[in-house]
Amino acid sequence: MEKTIKKYFPIFALPTAAAFTVFFIIPFIMGVYLSFCSFTTVKDAKLIGFSNYAKIWGDPTFVHALWYTALFSLVAVISINVLAFAVALLLTKGIKGTNVFRTVFFMPNLIGGIVLGYIWQLILNGILARYDLTLTFSEKYGFWGLVILLNWQQIGYMMIIYIAGIQNVPGDLIEAAKIDGATKFQTLKSVTIPMVMPSITICTFLTLTNAFKLYDQNLALTAGAPSDRSELLALNIYNTFYGRNGWEGVGQAKAVVFFILVAVIAIIQLRATRSKEVQQ
Amino acid sequence: MENARKAKHGWALTLFFTILSVVYILPIVIVVYNSFKSKVWINKTPFALPNEKSFVEFLNYTKGIEKTNFFGAFVVSLFITVISVLLICLCTSMCAWYIARVNSAFSRTFYMLCAFSMIVPFQMVMFTLSKIANMLHCSNPFGIIFVYLGFGAGLAIFMFVGFVKSIPLEIEEAAMIDGCNPLQTFFGVVLPIMKPTMITVAILQAMWIWNDYLLPYLVLDQRKWKTIPIAVQYLKGGYGAVEMGQMMAMLVLAIIPIVIFYLACQKYIIEGVVAGAVKG
Repeated sequence: MEKTIKKYFPIFALPTAAAFTVFFIIPFIMGVYLSFCSFTTVKDAKLIGFSNYAKIWGDPTFVHALWYTALFSLVAVISINVLAFAVALLLTKGIKGTNVFRTVFFMPNLIGGIVLGYIWQLILNGILARYDLTLTFSEKYGFWGLVILLNWQQIGYMMIIYIAGIQNVPGDLIEAAKIDGATKFQTLKSVTIPMVMPSITICTFLTLTNAFKLYDQNLALTAGAPSDRSELLALNIYNTFYGRNGWEGVGQAKAVVFFILVAVIAIIQLRATRSKEVQQ
Repeated sequence: MENARKAKHGWALTLFFTILSVVYILPIVIVVYNSFKSKVWINKTPFALPNEKSFVEFLNYTKGIEKTNFFGAFVVSLFITVISVLLICLCTSMCAWYIARVNSAFSRTFYMLCAFSMIVPFQMVMFTLSKIANMLHCSNPFGIIFVYLGFGAGLAIFMFVGFVKSIPLEIEEAAMIDGCNPLQTFFGVVLPIMKPTMITVAILQAMWIWNDYLLPYLVLDQRKWKTIPIAVQYLKGGYGAVEMGQMMAMLVLAIIPIVIFYLACQKYIIEGVVAGAVKG
């Protein structure tokens, strides 16, 4: 059977493989190559070694964006997961209206980043105006604005995943804990949380990579104002590429560093939470 | 006694979540009624309902639609999303079946690269990808479909392969022995079994492509074609001055199709998200 299928390679595998190669693999390899070049278009690239990478660390906007992104991701991941888990716990108690609440909390997730950014720009500027402030007054308003926005967008999504996880915890385990005299908190800590660890792995992975790669929301909410102080890494890279002449090489080098960071963080996070998962 | 207490508790929770749900959709409600106010009043009293002084009927809508060519953008967005999702589902499911059933160096390498592509941030390839797309004359709503096929293949292949590996081989073998060629086997036997995964992939890809901003922004020739997120961002103009009235109207128009789609396919969307998360 394998041999017969193999003859059909051009029909089954070729279209996807070709598109994947042309629009992902080749751009990726060229991107790595260009990070060692000085260029303004693909055709005039000249190899210049590591000097793009050296320039990155002399660029204060990048170092600032790096810390800003790291702190933002940390706050967002913790707040989203704690709140989503709490809501999921309460919504699995079988109260009236559970389905309606789930529908409402999930909805913002379907709205795109650009639209979300402008919705929250209106709301947050409206609130801040009472204190004669705006979102772009200081980087900390942009920071907390993005945290609130991302919470609003993603709590529903993570809640859905947590609900599925909690519903999979066998009822007799909870029952057994109760008979052994465990308090509600002990049951949560020693039975429920270890049993939903796979969901925690997935949700922290999704929120972490989403927060780290955030672009649209950042662009629409503050666009980096005041003067690039509320810029996350993705926006910083975009602005280096398309905002400054002659910095294309540095932009590409930043993108490579960004990719390595995302990959390393994702792997560390998966290792750390996977090791806490228990076999059922 | 126990039951009575539980019910009382349940009512308190229902009340709490009802209030929370109202607060949750409040940002959207505020945007909706602000879309009927003139610019000055949106800035002055963003939370007040429209009154005789601030009410401008549908002026924001008519002006905004004219300025952004919103319906044109809607058609472009719809076309790109629907055709891309169909193409991705068809091509990647076929490719995934090939990968799962033919054990070759190609299959193993391609599968690894697909998993790898999922953690690569878009900024890593944005410059080279947009240049290649330009070179291949893909800067139009037809061409961009192949860009999405290449860029969306990673997640789709990963999910389809995971599913195909769980289908027992015997069914396909029986079909082949009965004289079906691989194409007949795939479309007659495998594809119907794949339907639930197909829906999951379609929903995840549709959510991504419909809301995607940066990829179409860099790839499409914007003098001719805009998607909805690009049209919304276009209202911002060059120097940070936003026509808030028109912006609110466009936000409402951008949200309406999403809400309709969500209410119509809610069950599939929520199930799809859970299934997607567990496999990813």
